[in-house]
Amino acid sequence: MLPLAFITDYANPEKFERIARPLTPVLAAFAVLAGAAGLYFALFNSPADYQQGESVRIMYVHVPAAWMALFCYTAMAAASVAGFIWKHPLADTAAKATAPIGAIFTALALITGSLWGKPMWGTWWAWDARLTSVLILFFLYLGYIAVWEAVEDKIRAAKLAAIVAIVGFVNVPIIKFSVDWWNSLHQPASVFRADGPTIHASMLTPLLLMGVAYTFTYAALLLVSMRAELAARRLARLDRLQTERISGVREE
Amino acid sequence: MTRKQKRLALVGGVFVAAAVGVALVLSALNKAVAYFYVPADIAALPSPPEGLIRLGGLVEAGSVVREEGGALIRFTVADEVSQVPVSYRGILPDLFREGQGVVAQGRLVNGELQAVEVLAKHDENYMPREVAEALKEQGRWKEGEPPPSKP
Repeated sequence: MLPLAFITDYANPEKFERIARPLTPVLAAFAVLAGAAGLYFALFNSPADYQQGESVRIMYVHVPAAWMALFCYTAMAAASVAGFIWKHPLADTAAKATAPIGAIFTALALITGSLWGKPMWGTWWAWDARLTSVLILFFLYLGYIAVWEAVEDKIRAAKLAAIVAIVGFVNVPIIKFSVDWWNSLHQPASVFRADGPTIHASMLTPLLLMGVAYTFTYAALLLVSMRAELAARRLARLDRLQTERISGVREE
Repeated sequence: MTRKQKRLALVGGVFVAAAVGVALVLSALNKAVAYFYVPADIAALPSPPEGLIRLGGLVEAGSVVREEGGALIRFTVADEVSQVPVSYRGILPDLFREGQGVVAQGRLVNGELQAVEVLAKHDENYMPREVAEALKEQGRWKEGEPPPSKP
């Protein structure tokens, strides 16, 4: 199986670094290009909405952020499964690196949603099923990060954090379907729905461009963060070796 | 069982237990998780609910009346089954109009909801003004309906 072979081949941190180092600026460049095009269409070259007027432009920042909030959590949970069960050496690093990025996307979705809610709904916040479940998602990210920070032994921390991420995944389908299962103030999905998008093509294009930009942003930040983590680990190991040598613990 | 299988069983077991637990809690809470009642829910209750409730539905066409120089607004919130009259003193959100989804919070007094807050619901339809105008002129679409898939 090709994808499996690919994943196991790059389990080696040095091989990973060889691929990730040149890949990082490429991903970042795609993120900037798609983001510039997306923002141009979103802010200057797309129509106002028949109901919302110009406020619809908040959607181009808000909706992809909400997608990424769910996508990052799903990626974090999947990497946690790979780390916990198959002990893939880079999986825990990938999950750990994803958490703060996902938390920021979630915060961005919550803040921009609030800014949109005031003029459109008439309130900054409502305790409906969608808003509440996304707030819980934000706390799950924070809890996951806190586990890594709180547990001294990194192997134990990885195990505990993985369980938090996997159990918390229960919330992801709840967020997605909250607007269908219960009466909520938040509107149902406009793009990912069974009977096709209910959003006009002139607005869907900038939205999807922004979605592509956010995805590349995540990928680039993930690689930067993973490489930093691996470098820090290598540095700590070298430090330890040197201390041992100086203090004469290890005779040569 | 190998160690790998044990870990798989542990994670799978914990996840399934958590999922079942959450599903049970949510189904027990069912009505409490809902943000609002629709008029049909209220009509189906044996006695009118006391205290603050939220009522959601569409503002019935032709039902909006402004009294006392616009300070008092009366309208009817309806679903396919039933309707509830609403009175409200306060500022309405910009999206409020006939045919629009709203959520009104207030107390039921003699079958009328005396609202303390009215929020507008936004639907999932996004389109430019010109497209909306054109569709309406062609008679292919009315506000509040999903737009026809082929514009």
